[in-house]
Amino acid sequence: MKFSNAWLREWVNPDLTAQQLADQITMAGLEVDAVEPVAGNFSGVVVGEIVACEQHPDADKLRVCKVKGHPEGEMQVVCGAPNARVGIKIPFALVGAALPGDFKIKKAKLRGVESFGMLCAQTELELGTDNDGIWELPADAPTGTDLREYLLLDDSAIEVDLTPNRSDCLGVAGIAREVGVLNRCAVTEPAIDPVVATIDDSFPVSLMAEDACPRYVGRVIRNIDITAVTPLWMQERLRRSGLRSIDPVVDVTNYVLLELGQPMHAFDLAKLSGGIRVRMAEQDEKLTLLDEQEVQLKADTLLIADEKGPLAIAGIMGGLDSSVTENTKDIFLESAFFSPLAIAGKARSYGLHTDSSHRFERGVDYRLQEKAIERATKLLLDIVGGEPGPVHLREVAEAMPAECRITLRRARVKTGLGIDLADSEIVEILTRLGLEKLSASEEGWSFLVPSFRFDISIEADLLEELARVYGYNRIPSVSFNAALDVVPRAEAAVAQSRLEQTLLARGYQEAITFSFIDRDTAARFDPEVDPVALQNPISAELSVMRSTLMAGLVKALQYNLNRQQDRLRLFETGLRFVPGQSLAELKQERMIAGLIYGTRHPEGWAGSKDLVDFFDIKADVEALLAHYDAGAEFSFAPAKHPALHPGQCAQVLRKGVAVGYIGALHPQLQQAYDLPKSAYVFELSLDGLGQAVIPSFSPLSKFPEVRRDLAVLADAQTPVGELAQAAVEAAGEFLTDFNIFDVYQGKGIDFNRKSVAMGLTFQHPSRTLNDEEINAAVEAVVRQLEQKYNASLR
Amino acid sequence: MQELQSLTEQALALVEEAADLAALDQVRVEYLGKKGPITELLKGLGKLSAEERPAAGAKINEAKQQVQDAINVRREAMEKAAIEEKLAKETIDVTLPGRGEHQGSMHPITRTLRRIEEIFQRLGFSVEQGPEVEGDYYNFEALNIPAHHPARAMHDTFYIDPSTVLRTHTSSVQIRTMEKTNPPLRIICPGRVYRCDSDVTHSPMFHQVEGLVVDEGVSFAHLKGCIDQFLKAFFEADVPVRFRPSYFPFTEPSAEADIQCTNCGGEGCRVCSGTGWLEILGCGMVHPNVLASCDIDSEKYSGFAFGLGVERMAMLRYGVNDLRLFFDNDLRFLKQF
Repeated sequence: MKFSNAWLREWVNPDLTAQQLADQITMAGLEVDAVEPVAGNFSGVVVGEIVACEQHPDADKLRVCKVKGHPEGEMQVVCGAPNARVGIKIPFALVGAALPGDFKIKKAKLRGVESFGMLCAQTELELGTDNDGIWELPADAPTGTDLREYLLLDDSAIEVDLTPNRSDCLGVAGIAREVGVLNRCAVTEPAIDPVVATIDDSFPVSLMAEDACPRYVGRVIRNIDITAVTPLWMQERLRRSGLRSIDPVVDVTNYVLLELGQPMHAFDLAKLSGGIRVRMAEQDEKLTLLDEQEVQLKADTLLIADEKGPLAIAGIMGGLDSSVTENTKDIFLESAFFSPLAIAGKARSYGLHTDSSHRFERGVDYRLQEKAIERATKLLLDIVGGEPGPVHLREVAEAMPAECRITLRRARVKTGLGIDLADSEIVEILTRLGLEKLSASEEGWSFLVPSFRFDISIEADLLEELARVYGYNRIPSVSFNAALDVVPRAEAAVAQSRLEQTLLARGYQEAITFSFIDRDTAARFDPEVDPVALQNPISAELSVMRSTLMAGLVKALQYNLNRQQDRLRLFETGLRFVPGQSLAELKQERMIAGLIYGTRHPEGWAGSKDLVDFFDIKADVEALLAHYDAGAEFSFAPAKHPALHPGQCAQVLRKGVAVGYIGALHPQLQQAYDLPKSAYVFELSLDGLGQAVIPSFSPLSKFPEVRRDLAVLADAQTPVGELAQAAVEAAGEFLTDFNIFDVYQGKGIDFNRKSVAMGLTFQHPSRTLNDEEINAAVEAVVRQLEQKYNASLR
Repeated sequence: MQELQSLTEQALALVEEAADLAALDQVRVEYLGKKGPITELLKGLGKLSAEERPAAGAKINEAKQQVQDAINVRREAMEKAAIEEKLAKETIDVTLPGRGEHQGSMHPITRTLRRIEEIFQRLGFSVEQGPEVEGDYYNFEALNIPAHHPARAMHDTFYIDPSTVLRTHTSSVQIRTMEKTNPPLRIICPGRVYRCDSDVTHSPMFHQVEGLVVDEGVSFAHLKGCIDQFLKAFFEADVPVRFRPSYFPFTEPSAEADIQCTNCGGEGCRVCSGTGWLEILGCGMVHPNVLASCDIDSEKYSGFAFGLGVERMAMLRYGVNDLRLFFDNDLRFLKQF
């Protein structure tokens, strides 16, 4: 909502500058976006009158004019405007004038003819968009008057960004009411007297969708002069409110919309047949709108129609065929109330948004229609003349919005807002806002909500009004009291931040990538999943929800490689979206994923140039799992994953249940993303990892430990993990430590076999183990490996 | 004894001349060893009279000791020099950087989120999370935003299907929490949110922290106190905070909290578009309809809620000037935090 400060001042005029007023209403909830001058910065421009106009002797397109308006008399001005002619009044920039853009007017010679000043177009003064020629001012403009004074340009346009609840302020009248309340000063509205009908003509209206349109006011006006020109003052007010002057009828309806907040429509009476029918559209009915586009109507759309068919989309936009044109003689004026529910969302569904729909969606005062039509009639008659018929009101009382009465309890003002307000102040604020005090009691008051406040229906709404007018910043800031209950804290729960810290210490940077990716990427990483798709994506690049975090990390890798960063360690946490049979089965799973790429060590004087491999990232995963009950519960099993190298991919299992993957990015993907080297990734389900085990102390043995090393030859395909597990199981209860310290394949042994060297440490809690016991344990291990894996002692 | 004198002098001279430990030992063996001349002199004592013997013996021993001491001093000096030479050889350039992995760092958004969480956790707030693909009911209906409500136009919503959206705010978690937990409640809900808007100042995905307090006797003054204290704690400065009436369907009264521009201190600059103030969060008293939709008695309980944009807080706190940097994941950016 944009309006002229000077216009508002006719309604209410507190002793505040435009900026102070803007600040004041901003702090009351009507946020001002801008306070701007209504014209360019110029001086020395007067109303001029062309008294002579001749062809320039040496230039086809120039004319030599004699112009009145300079205090010293007629001046000669050379002008190139095609509309320059004798008799018109125009803005005349005198020698010495300054035009917007710091353009100084000097005495000049154009093709040998002297010129004293300049005749201006609207755009040259930043006073409009017309630059077809010089601006023709009304014939009664007083020659010689300073243009700024004549047009009252010492005004500002104030633009308010209204929240959707404040439809009552979508007109100067509403803003004035607010300003009156805030400054406790009088608000004077212009006299709006009923215009007496001079003819009996009327046009029948039937309300066939009562809930959507319970109230419709119409009036016939005959014999208007559509060629009349909208007076400059009205054109200027429209312009300062951001609207262009179209023709007197449209200008008047727009003026009333801006002034009172009531959208109106004028039909060409000659083009209407039978009577007005306010009804719902039939599916696929067609209507050509004022903007000349033909729309196919939906059945949920409220229409203004006649016997023959649709005339307008109610409250949104008129139709082209029934609109007022330069040939119109008789009009039918509409001033109606359409229910917000009937209009909300409809304009958008046709790709429209109009000043009218904006207001009806949010709520137009349902008692305003007669006043608006009287106001419009008066303004119209003053401009285009004509003979008005009587105002006809159709109303379905049962379908009208219910009057709203609210009880405000005195105690609630204190408990809800934390302030003490005097009774008189409470009543004064609410009364000035237009509420009517119906009764008062010990407990509080009952108020009737005015028909223009769609946002007030419960007690809390009244508290907001009081707080707003009292001033949010005058309400104290108070610490709240709350019981200091001890909150349970599970020690076994592993905080995500601990995992993050672990990765940070291992050189990872945290990344945050978009949760939506493009469909091709999704298919590359997870071809078996049909990803959750957005109905209205912002672009194809961001159109489906990720089912793996790997995709985003690989893209981030690519982004950085393109910026000469060739060693990366990234991780991300967040949801992945795994679709089920239906949306209800969609799994939104918390994941942690990581990616490493490039050299194992940061580049440096001491680091090797070796590249990372599977076991580097596996160690990182193991470091994460160490926060949980790692040794006892987690295992890695060779697995396949469409995004990972088939020979370098493991499933991470907890108690046999898959909780994630780890592996080398599939060479095909590596190629697809132009990655010169292998990337390694992991992704784990945070909820799948379970909990930590709370430590339970076991006494330290005082007796020596014994270590035996063992090397066995096993088939090259045998997973060492399995071998190790079998060895541990066979080694008996006194085994306290086990590790694989060498794996060798190659020269010196059968090429189908590999050598696995393991260290076994034994210790007894309460005595020294003897050689026989240890030998027996080692033999048991060897036997087990032999039987199960055909392994032989090397 | 003439001999002793010259022998001693010879030995001392040799000690002085000895170039290394071996030469020094050679002197010891030669002069003080069992067959050395000085020891030999001791053997010759038997030829002397009983009266002469003690004095002569003492002299010989004295000379022996003198040589031994000289050897010891010389040896220690040599050993010390040897150690020093060895240490000198072992000297390294301590100015070279350390070996091993570099420390990584948290994303600035996470860093900011954690800071916000810490501040509220000290006030007894717990951290709650919820789904990002969310039902229309939780994202809108239960928050007093029915279908076609004009406020829906304030949220450029991504739809999955007509009744499923990407949450446009973490306020949905409010509802989920109130449904399962009885008051008193103090929670914050951090997380990703989505709006169908993308330009220099809007990202289709961003982060929000929603806060909710429901208890008996909570007033607007408490809301102001909480927000004011939080903002001062977050910025570690006594920043002026102001409250403006605003509109959110799920709070009534609703407010917008502004802080004085951290860039210009209220003078007006590019960051605050000349107003001197920065819009920092939306808040208000929980709307009775919202409490009602979670079966909480609004006669007994009241509460406040607030929602703040994490990107905005991070930009102000760390001086980041372009929203898009947060999601490019450029290492040169990430490593600055």
